Amino acid sequence: MSSSSPVVTKKARASKDAAGPVVIRVPEHTVEIVSDSGEGAQKCGQIFGQVSAKMGNGAWTVEIIPAEIQPPARSGPGASGNRIRIGTQPVTNWGDAANLVVAFNEQALLARHELEALHEDAIVLVENRWATHDDDDIRREWTTAMEVLGKQDYRIIPVPMEEQCLTVTDNPRRGKNMFVLGMLAWIYDRDIELIRDAIRQSFRKKAEAVARANIELMELGYRWAEANLDFRVEVPIEKPPTPMIVLNGNQALAMGAVAAGMDLCAMYPITPATSVSHYLGEIFEDFGGIVHQAEDEIAAAGVAIGASYAGKVAFTVTSGPGLALKTEFIGLATMTEVPLVVLDVQRGGPSTGLPTKVEQSDLLAALYGQPGDAPKVVMAPATIEECFHMVVTARRIAELFRCVVMVLTDANLATGVQPFPRPQLDPRWQAAPPDLRPVPEGVKPYDWDPASGLSRRFIPGQPGGMHTLTGLSHDEYSHVGYSPDVHERGCAMRSRKLAVFQTTLKPPGVYGDTKGDLLVVGWGSTKGAIEEAVDRARARGLRVSSLHLRILSPLEPGLKEIFSRFRKVATVEINYSDRLGDPYITRENRRLGQLAWLLRAHTLVDVDCWTRVPGQPLRPKGILEGIESMMPGGHA
Amino acid sequence: METSCSFLSCDHDDDERSWTMEDYAGAIPRWCPGCGDHAILAAVERLLETEQLPPERTVFVSGIGCSSRFPHYLTTYGFHGIHGRALPIATGVKLRRPDLHVFAVMGDGDCCSIGAGHWIHAVRYNVDMVALMLDNGIYGLTKNQTSPTTPQGHPSNTQPKGSHLMPLNPLSATLGVSNASFVAQTADWMPAHVYATIAAAFRHRGFSFVRILQRCPQYTDDLFQEAVRNPNLVEMLVHPDGVDAPELEKIFKNRRVHDPKDLDMGRHLAEPFDRIRLGIFFRDESRQRYEELRHQRIHTAQERIDRLNEEFEKYAV
Repeated sequence: MSSSSPVVTKKARASKDAAGPVVIRVPEHTVEIVSDSGEGAQKCGQIFGQVSAKMGNGAWTVEIIPAEIQPPARSGPGASGNRIRIGTQPVTNWGDAANLVVAFNEQALLARHELEALHEDAIVLVENRWATHDDDDIRREWTTAMEVLGKQDYRIIPVPMEEQCLTVTDNPRRGKNMFVLGMLAWIYDRDIELIRDAIRQSFRKKAEAVARANIELMELGYRWAEANLDFRVEVPIEKPPTPMIVLNGNQALAMGAVAAGMDLCAMYPITPATSVSHYLGEIFEDFGGIVHQAEDEIAAAGVAIGASYAGKVAFTVTSGPGLALKTEFIGLATMTEVPLVVLDVQRGGPSTGLPTKVEQSDLLAALYGQPGDAPKVVMAPATIEECFHMVVTARRIAELFRCVVMVLTDANLATGVQPFPRPQLDPRWQAAPPDLRPVPEGVKPYDWDPASGLSRRFIPGQPGGMHTLTGLSHDEYSHVGYSPDVHERGCAMRSRKLAVFQTTLKPPGVYGDTKGDLLVVGWGSTKGAIEEAVDRARARGLRVSSLHLRILSPLEPGLKEIFSRFRKVATVEINYSDRLGDPYITRENRRLGQLAWLLRAHTLVDVDCWTRVPGQPLRPKGILEGIESMMPGGHA
Repeated sequence: METSCSFLSCDHDDDERSWTMEDYAGAIPRWCPGCGDHAILAAVERLLETEQLPPERTVFVSGIGCSSRFPHYLTTYGFHGIHGRALPIATGVKLRRPDLHVFAVMGDGDCCSIGAGHWIHAVRYNVDMVALMLDNGIYGLTKNQTSPTTPQGHPSNTQPKGSHLMPLNPLSATLGVSNASFVAQTADWMPAHVYATIAAAFRHRGFSFVRILQRCPQYTDDLFQEAVRNPNLVEMLVHPDGVDAPELEKIFKNRRVHDPKDLDMGRHLAEPFDRIRLGIFFRDESRQRYEELRHQRIHTAQERIDRLNEEFEKYAV
């Protein structure tokens, strides 16, 4: 195997003597796997992340996704893959940079380098066939890339992936990912039987021989690494005290819907929300549920509203452009007080924007997207665990308050994998079967409690309850209102419900000291990265704390009082905002991040913001720089 | 064990209640005097009475437009929705509650313009409901704008020199959709035929599309004037399996035998012709119905928990 022995650049290769490989023992490590789209780096990364979590490591995975199914080969923007950060303790975000990178070609690697995705002394395992490729251009590209990369402090190890794979398969393009998985399994000492199970599970819809061939490739990679690599990485495992499960955010949403007893999901395909329906499509009928793929986003909302109106709360799942299309129907559900759950997996916008990439820019559209006053509950999970539980909560709130509840997740949560304590399912989470008893005489379709605006809804099939819901302004009999006070009263009743709901909430907790110089406010999937940045800032002596919002409408109570204990308040968001110092941008015309607008409006506090829209999760390092720049009287 | 039949178990066969037409009446209609919608409402009330449909198990869903005020004028469950979107709501109702009698009432703008996508797909889903398209060839509620079925040359506020385009043919369009199962046309000025047509639509198991030619005295009173005055301008499609309105035989002499099973002939007859054709163009009871294909047993809370716990096992650490 002389031709395939690793070449080591920059750093001297540790001798592979009887003592075996050097073991790098660390509390956490971040791996990236990047390939051309279609070469399966994602599958490899998913299995690696899943198995790591199952073994008891903390884990957070983030997919690196090009927008196209088959972008040009060996192109930077076409790089596809996965980042997996594993730790001894729970991992709350994807970290700053990768400690180990496996690249299927040097262009994908170069792209990640240019995006500063690699730690300065990262170990790099890169497919070496391009170095000796028949095509002159490709050889030249390899050389140029290696010149750039060689100037860094990376330890680059070319690996004969294809050459090795060819020993067991004719089509290495479709097996390299398993070879790489095997290498990683050896490097990180993963449970090989769990890996085999995961491969079988992954290929369960194909012929058995497919799984077998993939397992063989994985084992080949394992043996190759064992024979040729001089290092291993140990991230010690501490078994968590409670039983855990490992899900991605969209699976958690789907399972949450099941746990909530919902049984109708109406949707239209849209990235990155669709996989909720893929997963539900596989399991939902086992629970008596239906995934209805409607003819468009609008119809999906309409079918969900029709189904909710006639029985248990139904839900629809979408992303930004779909949310825009559903706007009118969400207004109708609000006006008619038909409960509805809308799951919005946010991506970058406006328009088609960044279909596969994360942003938090549906916030204000969710709150204020409807013409007219359309009060609704808007909530946002910060973790995958919360994705699960929040759907359960959303269903209950929708039913109790006869309103629309929107749950905003994002592309980061959707595809990321995290372990979390296995939910102890409770039958009370589930919607009761529809009550078809006669409606007592005299009860009106909107029998609003004048103080709270709450009323009981009745559904078709209940004798004595006949009425016509309408999106027109109406009185408590659901009669179209023609006098000026009818609309005033209807608006008040619908709005009042949010105030009532707010009385059930507690003020949010503050991470860090409850007073200080700067309070960072975030929402959604950025929680872990913000808190890690806050920890680092505090370690540097900065008086910084953070606060994370789960309920955005109505806002959680007590914010103004909490804000008053800090010299400055600023949001951190994956949203666009103008930066002072840019041409034309002044304090007067500066457009802020969406959460900053919202908090200013509600609290009259001069909330600042640090926002970025890189189409990827924020890194703690970046947030730390943001914190430093925003310290009152500080660096700026 | 609880099943979806729990809905159906509220079986009204032994229901001793009975309903008169007045029981089905709702608010006093605010349509213009002379509007064809009044006659259609009366025919629908007659159908409800004849079939003795329990008002609480009957749902009228509508969009927006003059005709979409329909549910307000009945005492059943009703959902007056948004423009063009009656069909998705009605589909959701029937999908969730196959035990309910579902009617969707739309106008021509509602169905053939802003809601055209839903219309095409509702035909394909073939969910059991009666879809009434009240076609007056104009936008009335918004005061006289051209609709997809406005005849070419007919002036409106948006196209004052006359409608630029050939009108869309709702019958041909519906008959062109795969899985279409019931397509009929009737006209508001012959209530017996309206009644007989919607009765046939109601009895059909599937998506029954009925286009009802409807006079608008405000904006399109010329549209059907000649046909109203001159029965020779009407051709009745008749068949033992078609619409049965014997009282009309004496007035409408143009009768053409058409077997509703014959799709090709139905399509042919739906094409523009110098007479207005009324009757059933196509009917097929054997087409698959979406709500049946998707029917699920209702599971108990405990069944769900057990099954979800099994699912958790696959993802357990």
